[in-house]
Amino acid sequence: MSKKMEKILIPLIAIALGILLGCVILLVSGQDVGALFNGLIKSATGFDLSKPQNGLNLRYPGEFLVSSMPIILTGLAIGFAYRCGMFNIGAEGQVIVGSLVSCMVAILVPMPGMMAAIVCLLAGGLAGALWAFIPGILKCQFNISEVVTGIMLNYTALYGANYFLKALPESTTTRTVNIPANASLSSDFLSELTNNSRLHWGFILVIICVIAYWFIIEKTSFGYSLRATGFNKEGARYAGIKVNKSTILSIMISGFFAGLAGAIILQGTFGYGRVMTAAENYGFDGISVALVGGCNAIGILLSGLLFGLLKVTQPLLQTSGIPKEIGDIISSSIVFFVAIQYAIQYILNKLEIKKGKAHAKKAGDVQ
Amino acid sequence: MKKALKLFLALLVSVSLAACSSSNTEEATTTEGSETTSTSGECPVTIGLVTDMGGVDDKSFNQSAWEGVQRFAEENGLQDCVSYLQSTTEADYVPNLSTFADEGKDLVIAVGYLFNEAITEVSANYPDTMFLFVDDVVDHENVESATFNAEQGSFLVGVAAGLTAMENGSKTVGFMGGMEGPIIGSFQAGYEQGVLAVCNDCKIYVDYADSYSDDAKGQQLAAKQYDLGATVIYQSAGNAGNGVIKEAKERGDVWAIGVDKDQYQDGMKDDGTSVILTSMLKRVDSATYSACTDMLNGTFEGGTKVFNLSNDGVGAEVTSGRNLSDDVIAQINDYAEKIKSGEIEVSSEATIANGSSN
Repeated sequence: MSKKMEKILIPLIAIALGILLGCVILLVSGQDVGALFNGLIKSATGFDLSKPQNGLNLRYPGEFLVSSMPIILTGLAIGFAYRCGMFNIGAEGQVIVGSLVSCMVAILVPMPGMMAAIVCLLAGGLAGALWAFIPGILKCQFNISEVVTGIMLNYTALYGANYFLKALPESTTTRTVNIPANASLSSDFLSELTNNSRLHWGFILVIICVIAYWFIIEKTSFGYSLRATGFNKEGARYAGIKVNKSTILSIMISGFFAGLAGAIILQGTFGYGRVMTAAENYGFDGISVALVGGCNAIGILLSGLLFGLLKVTQPLLQTSGIPKEIGDIISSSIVFFVAIQYAIQYILNKLEIKKGKAHAKKAGDVQ
Repeated sequence: MKKALKLFLALLVSVSLAACSSSNTEEATTTEGSETTSTSGECPVTIGLVTDMGGVDDKSFNQSAWEGVQRFAEENGLQDCVSYLQSTTEADYVPNLSTFADEGKDLVIAVGYLFNEAITEVSANYPDTMFLFVDDVVDHENVESATFNAEQGSFLVGVAAGLTAMENGSKTVGFMGGMEGPIIGSFQAGYEQGVLAVCNDCKIYVDYADSYSDDAKGQQLAAKQYDLGATVIYQSAGNAGNGVIKEAKERGDVWAIGVDKDQYQDGMKDDGTSVILTSMLKRVDSATYSACTDMLNGTFEGGTKVFNLSNDGVGAEVTSGRNLSDDVIAQINDYAEKIKSGEIEVSSEATIANGSSN
């Protein structure tokens, strides 16, 4: 079997095994397995198999896209750093900082027309990039693990952001004022189209980011030097690649994606800044998305959609009496099976060899 | 390539086969009728409750709200007509409420003031669905907002605190709140008036922890108040308030007053006695229970519904044989009657400033 084939096949098998495990758990706990598939189909298309007379309810696919968008972006963030050998676990904090800065710019800086939305997005992305610069420079200069600094900066971001949000003019203890309409990404048109879902223009940005990711990684010499660094740092250094520069740049671009995720959550989904009591795991979901997507652009897009789908299916499962933990078990088992991909690879190879032998034997018999 | 596809398809088929077979068995086992889950045709009302991030087993607010719904369902045999959705993040509030509305629930319940924006948006999108909003007010025709006169229940626990401080001879009590503001302010106000009603020369110390979670800060402030001679401290500060209970347990000879629900068990010491003198009860379950009942009777309507002593929405925990003497319980009941009849009006404006005393 070709390498490329395996790359596609392993996540697919992992997904199937994850869903299979979910079904087994449902069966064992005496729940209705059909509800799982009906829920998935309803979330993706808005069509309810058990109540076909209701027709399509486009709010469900709308919300499905809303929940997928930020985790596709954080998936790109994790994937980008990972290709350069960095584990950007600080993406969570970069999301929060991106959200904060886009909110501050939106509220404090009056801007004309469409410009506001774009400037706020860029501000959020840049803030994420700068936040990621900290673990990046510490890694390069002092060889401090970006995992430790990243995790610590997540807490710094969470509590620091709460302070600044509350300090904004007219903020209450739980939220800021609404951002101006021209900084918002929400759209009455998209909302009406999808039966009042919160679908917003952020999806255009997500598409641009997926293309940019693919282009930078696969088509530029910078992307090549990143990948080379990821494969073998010392080898890359020997080949004349500026390893420190690519490391810092890669984690900053990673932070930029994460910051954009924070910005679209704020400008698209909510429209105001929220004082958070705990992190919301967009960054951590990104790790799963990147891993299942094999850290390449299309893979991340698809796996982001899958995880988004699992997320929005949970309430539907709950309404049919299936605890939301089952949904969590399915998504975690998918990650689990992807993580043990070498075992799957091993089994696949074994099967292949056996088949090969059987073929050879058959051929021998005929002769 | 083909082989891979075949393998994948085979997996999918086996999964969906499992799905079919299971739903068949499901039907077979539930033919008796009472347990089918597709009950929209049979339910006189369908009710959905959306929790905030706490979930229905948070031992507090959300759990209490769900218990009210369950009590309603059990009494009317409608267990299959009620369900809940737990929210993981704030981003779930709007879709969760909308999902219930889309499923055709007659009444959708949102627990906690954090739902303010979400209820405002969703209740406008679904004018035919009724909503109950617990603990804050949204002024839409199809929303019933349930608020609580916490000052009335706080008055009663103030009576208990004042009488206990008199018995003890210290004539000093304390109050510790979470965050300053109108909500906790009403707890403080009722308490002040209750203490002074039975003990007009009692001293009341007031402190705020500026947190609902920092139990170390709560314990520190409790130590300060107990050192100043307080016999009883009334805490209304979430987990920060648990610091007060902890300090009381360590001292052993002082009292704390519980809040929201009966906290007697939380104050249990090793010797089997509790430091919880009494608890101020805020009956979120009453709010959900009565909204469900109104929905069933067809009397549910929008507007603000206030929960107070008269409709058992708030109160003091007065189980006989615990820490309150029968005499004190009698006096509490007496004051409760006076408040209900309007003879005593409890103000919700606190008078003692944070960090000081009267």
